[in-house]
Amino acid sequence: MFRLRLVPDNTKIPFMNGRIAGLVVSAVLSIASVVLFFYPGLNYGIDFRGGIVIEARTPQAADFPSLRHTLGQLGMGQVALQEFGSPQDVLIRLERQPGDDAAQQVAADRVRNTLAQAVPGTQVRRVEAVGASVSGELFANGMLALGLAMLAMLVYIWFRFEWQFGFGAVVTLLLDITKVVGFYAVTGMQFNLTAIAAILTIMGYSVNDKVVVYDRMRENLRIYKKMPLRDLIDLSINETLNRTLGTSMCTLLSIIPLALFGGEALQDFGIVLIFGIFLATSSSIFIAAPILLFLGENRLRRGSPDASASASGGAAASS
Amino acid sequence: MLYFARWKIYAIVLICALGFVLSLPNFLSRETLASLPSWYANTRISLGLDLRGGSHLLLEVDMAAVIRDRVEGVVDGARQQLRQANVGYTAINAGERAVTVQLRDPAQSDDAVKALRSLVNRVGGGALGGGVPDLEIASSGSTVTATLSDVALRDRATQAIEQSIEIVRRRIDETGVNEPIIARQGTDRILVQLPGVEDPDRVKRLLGTTAKMTFRLVDVNADPTTGRAPPGFEILPSAEGGRTQSSYVVRKKIEVDGASLKNAQASTNSQTGEWVVSFEFDSVGSSRFAEITKANVGRPFAIVLDNKVISAPVIREPITGGRGQISGNFTAASANDLAVLLRAGALPAPLKVIEERTVGPDLGADSIRAGLMAVGVGFVMVCIYMIASYGLFGSFACFALLVNIVLTLAALSILNATLTLPGIAGILLGLGLSVDANILINERIREETKKGRGVFASMEAGFSRAYSTIVDSNLTTAIKMALLFIFGTGTIKGFAVTITFGILISMFTATVLVRLMMVTWLRRTRPATLPV
Repeated sequence: MFRLRLVPDNTKIPFMNGRIAGLVVSAVLSIASVVLFFYPGLNYGIDFRGGIVIEARTPQAADFPSLRHTLGQLGMGQVALQEFGSPQDVLIRLERQPGDDAAQQVAADRVRNTLAQAVPGTQVRRVEAVGASVSGELFANGMLALGLAMLAMLVYIWFRFEWQFGFGAVVTLLLDITKVVGFYAVTGMQFNLTAIAAILTIMGYSVNDKVVVYDRMRENLRIYKKMPLRDLIDLSINETLNRTLGTSMCTLLSIIPLALFGGEALQDFGIVLIFGIFLATSSSIFIAAPILLFLGENRLRRGSPDASASASGGAAASS
Repeated sequence: MLYFARWKIYAIVLICALGFVLSLPNFLSRETLASLPSWYANTRISLGLDLRGGSHLLLEVDMAAVIRDRVEGVVDGARQQLRQANVGYTAINAGERAVTVQLRDPAQSDDAVKALRSLVNRVGGGALGGGVPDLEIASSGSTVTATLSDVALRDRATQAIEQSIEIVRRRIDETGVNEPIIARQGTDRILVQLPGVEDPDRVKRLLGTTAKMTFRLVDVNADPTTGRAPPGFEILPSAEGGRTQSSYVVRKKIEVDGASLKNAQASTNSQTGEWVVSFEFDSVGSSRFAEITKANVGRPFAIVLDNKVISAPVIREPITGGRGQISGNFTAASANDLAVLLRAGALPAPLKVIEERTVGPDLGADSIRAGLMAVGVGFVMVCIYMIASYGLFGSFACFALLVNIVLTLAALSILNATLTLPGIAGILLGLGLSVDANILINERIREETKKGRGVFASMEAGFSRAYSTIVDSNLTTAIKMALLFIFGTGTIKGFAVTITFGILISMFTATVLVRLMMVTWLRRTRPATLPV
């Protein structure tokens, strides 16, 4: 009977041989991401920066130079025009207008009127105008959600497993998230509320993945009381490899259509999630597991040959 | 573990059937729905503004104006009370939230305090009275200060926002928008969601007008172009840029205000054919209006809307019927809008639009099409993968996945939840996570089989071992979604809701429904080996 297997059964890949390489590569990428976060920085969308986005569909293919000229003459700072979807679809972005929150409204109306005059028959398909105080709050709430989610993960895993597991998962999450932020910086994709949702989704997926692998390690700790931690971690990863890759594959299969046909709004979301799934899957193996190995070598079990002679020092296998 | 009591089987089948029935109204046409009982036809998922098109507006009440209003009221009141009490003063100054009176004679400060006390209102009390004074009055030497208390400020703010919401609701109802959502947000904000409104400009204009209407006397002797008004008067611009003149000198004292209006209608003047707004006063307003017009025949009477003079007709004869007309270069639409504003009443303070998100209906339709396409393709691809990987058990998982979607739709329908674009993404992601549970189970069963266990033992062990893992991984996601729901706004909330339901329901479909299918199959065929 034919069965699709992403990896052969009974693999014995010595993942922990690559533990240093994995951690170093990850750390370098994350540090680079943090640098990119500050310079050149993220392309904040209007959710977080305030400003105006107008999506319009012109009756014929849009004449970008003349539109740019017309809108540029309004004296409202930089006007970014972008084609997306078809040549008739124009995305207009304006910086946050000086003045109070209501100034955005005035500016949006002016653009609308100017469009209607310059290109008769233009259909305004979408208008978003966000003032400064609202965008500040949205950003603060988004960051708060990210922080609290992280904390909740830590506490939950700590209770369900041992602190080493919780710590390992959260450090891995931090490394994952910084890379996602770096991804936003490199690609220049809009960082907005949807981006926060995407990051939280990746966090969820990543933790989900780690929990499954950890779960197997905990179970194996009970079964193989004598096995060195390093071998045990390798064994656990190998045992769950088909599941890890299978799940990633399925999630990818359900997200790729989002990136392909999801329309402008969902496309970015899909692309980031695809990146996130690769990230989360690899970090389960190359980051979360090595951290656990370093932290748990003397503590999670005794009798490990790597651990020094202090065999009596460690705690018994986890509960 | 592998035995299902008969009632349990019935319960599982019943839940699935119920899910199917409850999700059905989402797929029926409008005509079919109309023939169904309303309680059933109404259990549908409503589409978010990003999917069906519409406008989302966040309005902010100008609290500074609310407080300024009260402070100015205290200044006026103080002037009157002090004059009545024969207390001499050199100056009355309005601060941000306090009024200071400089007395001519410090010896009169007790009298002044007593006079100002009459301006104090008690706020926060119930029907039986009580509450706290809204003004704190203090004196030192020749200075007397009346300060608005914190409680008073809070009370004002609450009143202002509640009143604003009421007025906003009335105004929007007049525009005929279907199913608007008008809700308070935070201390000084109002969220307005208008489904299907393609051009929110009219609504924004309606909401952006305070519509404080007053009737005041005009001083015809003073010249408004000098830029200086005599005491007790102010210069107000004309609303129309001046058909007759561009500004007027108007008495500050309000003779009649818009609160006394009973009704307002747009109509055409039978003689000139131009659009006018005719209004009708209530009994108090009528008698007041009659009194004023009687005493001021031959003088112009200004109709002031939001500090602009709409018109200033000369009173030809006393108006006793309590009816009047405002003419002022109206079009049909602007006359109608003014009538709406007057009928709905004045806002206690100006409203500012601080966030707008409008989606046109055809963009919304495009988004739905794209979203459904993504879900459909994703579902098919996952099914192909699952069947290729796990054969018969994979197809069980696919069926469970289908039931998962149906139950998620049913749950969202019961709650009348709003489906948004991120919500669709959430459903898709929920599919990915719920398939994870099935993969975990199938992989476990394979492992147990390879260890040489029998058919039943493998199934038993596979399910029970996978179960704790599934709970762990799903709970972490559920916790996060709860946070997302609490701190997220708008569409993000929808995303959190759909994923949470997806997770809860996948616990049922993956561990209960799939097990029932596997066990049933096992009992029927009694296979020697498992087809995983």
